[in-house]
Amino acid sequence: MSVRYTQDHEWVRLDGDVATVGITKYAQEQLGDVVFVELPEIGRTVTKGVELAVVESVKAASDVFAPLAGEVVEVNSALPDAPQGVNEDPEGAAWFVKLRVADQGEFDGLMDAVSYKAFVDSL
Amino acid sequence: MSSASDILDGVLTTPLNGEHVARAARMVPFAGYDMPVQYEGILAEHLWTRANAGLFDVSHMGQAFLIGPDHATTAAALEALIPADIRNLAPGRQRYSQLLADDGGILDDLMVTRPVDPADDGKLFLVVNAACKVADFAHIRAKLPAVITLVEAPERALVALQGPKAAAVMARLSPESDALAFMAARWTAVAGVAAHVSRSGYTGEDGFEISVADTDAVALWRALLAEPEVKPIGLGARDSLRLEAGLCLYGHDIDTTTSPVEAALVWSIQKRRREEGGFPGAARIQRELAEGPARVRVGLKPEGRAPAREGTEIVADGRVVGRVTSGGFGPSVGGPIAMGYVEAAFAKPGTALDLVVRGKPLPAQVVTMPFVPNGYKR
Repeated sequence: MSVRYTQDHEWVRLDGDVATVGITKYAQEQLGDVVFVELPEIGRTVTKGVELAVVESVKAASDVFAPLAGEVVEVNSALPDAPQGVNEDPEGAAWFVKLRVADQGEFDGLMDAVSYKAFVDSL
Repeated sequence: MSSASDILDGVLTTPLNGEHVARAARMVPFAGYDMPVQYEGILAEHLWTRANAGLFDVSHMGQAFLIGPDHATTAAALEALIPADIRNLAPGRQRYSQLLADDGGILDDLMVTRPVDPADDGKLFLVVNAACKVADFAHIRAKLPAVITLVEAPERALVALQGPKAAAVMARLSPESDALAFMAARWTAVAGVAAHVSRSGYTGEDGFEISVADTDAVALWRALLAEPEVKPIGLGARDSLRLEAGLCLYGHDIDTTTSPVEAALVWSIQKRRREEGGFPGAARIQRELAEGPARVRVGLKPEGRAPAREGTEIVADGRVVGRVTSGGFGPSVGGPIAMGYVEAAFAKPGTALDLVVRGKPLPAQVVTMPFVPNGYKR
């Protein structure tokens, strides 16, 4: 089981053919206080890079993009009622979506933790 | 020696810039200035201000004095540019008003204070928005009669202490300020610093705006922050506080296309001026007062949790009837709030409307403002 990252600050953890997706600690720090989360319908099929969810802070709305192609098989139904969880545990309990992955090769193409840290440090 | 508009790398800074940076505030460009948007977080800062006292650096705003031979002459010159009654403004009192274009559109909003000291007869103190100040001062100068001078005060800093515990702080540091009534002002000392203090602000809370020489700004800032009720607050919370208070933000809720009547600022036009006119756009404003404006600024309460941001279309009866001009999350309300303009027929509190957020119509209701009760000292 490993975790990969996108340049849009999503993280992805792959278990078998199911990818759990959330936003990174860096992303939630940039957003500030999260006050609203909009999640997709279960069963929706997405391609890599499309808008998957919306996260809003006090100041602004931001899109969460699909880090890879797949079908939405589960959403974190606790988030809409407790969006502040995204600030508290963004890379754990406050995951957004689970995707059944279409092409695991897309996962291998994402940044690993070392690359992502270097990417964030360069920003 | 510092100035309220030091230029570093093409970005203006206030005399308190170093204080913000030392406290690790998140800095953003705002109206050409490098300003703190937040320190510990907008939500915490907003709620702190509503419960305690928040300290804001608003030194980027434009401060100036209008100076003429006597109050009647100076007041008449300003009344030719704004719709408020300045002639009858008592010494030591302050008013909110708008600089108007010839068609009645709003060039900027501003605070006008008549000094309390008889030695200052003929002077008026103005505070205008940072983003508008260059244009405002040029506009005012171009319209002034020869006997009146506009003297800008870029060497002055301005801080706002806002919240229900602001008065307790001032009772210790500036008893004469604590004694001020709402919308009153005086020259006095705060923590030993010579200051012009008004009992006003832009958060809906009781509070004070304190103007001091830029060389005294850091000493004042530190003295206020040494009080246990006081924390520094960034522009992010200032925006959510003023939105909850139902107050307009220039360039968003009011601009050159909106009149004070459309903006629901009729309360700021005193009876004598409504009747006599004599200000730019008076014909339009008197017509809108008599017939009602075609559109009006209203408060909007979205159902559900999704915030409706500036620009969101307001829909009723299957067509667009208005647009959100400020919207977001109200930390004290605990949910989304917005304000915007709607056709007059849809302005009544209780009217059901839809706000189109990301293509989806979300139900909302027209509500009276403020969204949270104000705490002004009455």
